[in-house]
Amino acid sequence: MRYLLQRLGFYLIAGWAALTLNFFLPRLMPGDPATALFARFRGRLAPEAMAALRETFGLTEAPLLQQYFTYLSHVLRGDLGISVAYFPTPVSEVIATGMLWTVFLAGTAVVVSFAIGTLLGIVAAWRRGGWIDSWLPSTLVFLGAFPYFWLAMVALYLLGFTLGWFPLGHAYGDDLTPAFTLEFMADVFRHAALPVGTVVIATLGGWLLSMRNSMITVLGSDFVNLARAKGLAPARVVLRYAARNALLPSITGFGMALGFVLGGSLLTEIVFSYPGQGYLLVQAVRNQDYPLMQGIFLVITLAVLGSNWLVDVIYMWLDPRTRGGRS
Amino acid sequence: MSGSPQRGANPLAMWLLAVRSDRRATVGAFVLLLFGLLACLGPWIASDPDALVGMPLQPPSLEHWLGTTGQGQDVFAQMVAGTRVSLVLGFSVGVVVVLVGALIGVAAGYFGGRVDAMLSLLFNIFLVIPGLPLAIIIAAYLPSGPLTLALVLIVTGWAWNARVIRAQTLAQRQRDFVSAAIVAGESHWRIITREILPTMTSLIVAQVIGSTVYAIGAQVGLEFLGLGDVSKVTWGTNLYWAQNDSALLTGAWWTFAPTGLCVALVGFGLTMLNSAFDEISNPRLQLERAWRAHLQACGHSPGRSTPVVIDRG
Repeated sequence: MRYLLQRLGFYLIAGWAALTLNFFLPRLMPGDPATALFARFRGRLAPEAMAALRETFGLTEAPLLQQYFTYLSHVLRGDLGISVAYFPTPVSEVIATGMLWTVFLAGTAVVVSFAIGTLLGIVAAWRRGGWIDSWLPSTLVFLGAFPYFWLAMVALYLLGFTLGWFPLGHAYGDDLTPAFTLEFMADVFRHAALPVGTVVIATLGGWLLSMRNSMITVLGSDFVNLARAKGLAPARVVLRYAARNALLPSITGFGMALGFVLGGSLLTEIVFSYPGQGYLLVQAVRNQDYPLMQGIFLVITLAVLGSNWLVDVIYMWLDPRTRGGRS
Repeated sequence: MSGSPQRGANPLAMWLLAVRSDRRATVGAFVLLLFGLLACLGPWIASDPDALVGMPLQPPSLEHWLGTTGQGQDVFAQMVAGTRVSLVLGFSVGVVVVLVGALIGVAAGYFGGRVDAMLSLLFNIFLVIPGLPLAIIIAAYLPSGPLTLALVLIVTGWAWNARVIRAQTLAQRQRDFVSAAIVAGESHWRIITREILPTMTSLIVAQVIGSTVYAIGAQVGLEFLGLGDVSKVTWGTNLYWAQNDSALLTGAWWTFAPTGLCVALVGFGLTMLNSAFDEISNPRLQLERAWRAHLQACGHSPGRSTPVVIDRG
């Protein structure tokens, strides 16, 4: 329990650091992007939108420290300011439209990739020198060397454009309205297949190698030899004894991979015009919608921090040694 | 292990030997050499990348080996020109990222105590904050250009190296030769640069390679989003224009395929090379390899081999 609280403390500090970074970033930037922006937007924006921008850049009269605390209290209440491009919609509402799609996309991709990669890693270590062990890792590492979004472009071109098996973009067909019907769900899965598939292909190799290498170390350790010597079935030795222990380094990597996969899926969203955070973020950058941009960064960061803590909980559940304090 | 010929040889010769003896590393080095040549000789191989040479979106032909872009520029020329910019930026960012990481990591591991606690907290925070979104928002505020890209990549990339170097420094700190240097009254700076860092040479080389892979990939990603200087020809902006000119939806595969292949080949080459260096810095892998080679030489098929030998009849 102490371990989990310690980790929680760390994530709280990290979250606070992200907030602080978010607050100071626009205020620290060289030159004066704000003035240039105002000059350009003058007459085109409602006064309230100007005020939102003004606040983002710290051009209010209040002293910096007071602005900082106002900012913190606003964020804690879930108020991320007003979007400039989607005026007068609050940033939090704009983000909410894309959040579910990104969580769906990145979440599915991470879980599927982790499950398949780890299983393949177990098999590769078990049947060392077999065809899975000798061909799959280098093939997947080669695929992993391609930029995610480039793989996405190729997949879109080959499977979507040329063969016409998959839709060319968006999260669901234009002719459907979101509802919990079988038809709509099927359409969502059809649209998600390519984006999820490319991220899975690109990240599979890492999980496979990490699991394989860790399995090989564990398979050589004394307790596995003892289990073999006892005459336990090979499948039981590999799965219940070796795999469970070999999984631990992969789980630690899982937390870090989350942020990475999220980044990759942001890029993939652009290729598929998938209406998630990545698409919103790039639109925000292009429209110079700074409040929205920063809001998205904050929400993504907090989501990653939260998932990392969940991973820690799972880690503790898997590894009895970290549970020491409780028994 | 005692018969290992590499022991005590100079490091450069050791690496060359390892590269030659490892098939994957040879392939990696060959690919990199090819791209190095392409980058150096670029202007003599290909024409002006910005020149409008023909009709837009022409498929590959004898005249334009890789076709033309949506604006009617030569794709091959753009690919070659992009190679130079992307490799130079990728490699220099790779070096700086490791320098920053090594400095902070060594300081944390060497001084320990409160310094370690603060620096560890710092890099752990940077590790857990997702890099790409951070890079995007920083780049959005700064004027676009190579310097901005480099800065952003360094800010989001140094933490992992710092963490690895810190762990390694902690291990070295306990060793007798460091204690001896402290007792002898050497300065901290001298102990760090002359005693501790040299023991990590192979690790640092591996990190520079790994960081270069990261820098090239992240740079291409950011430029693809339009956060680089889109008027310059680089691998990332080539892909940006391919996406913006709707190359995919008009079936112009030649505008995006070559660039992506280049990124992947360079990344693959660097990764392959890294595995050879890993072999040197990791005695366990070396031992396993020697053992497998020995078994094969004796006519046995190598089985489950860790340095633990299991007799299974």
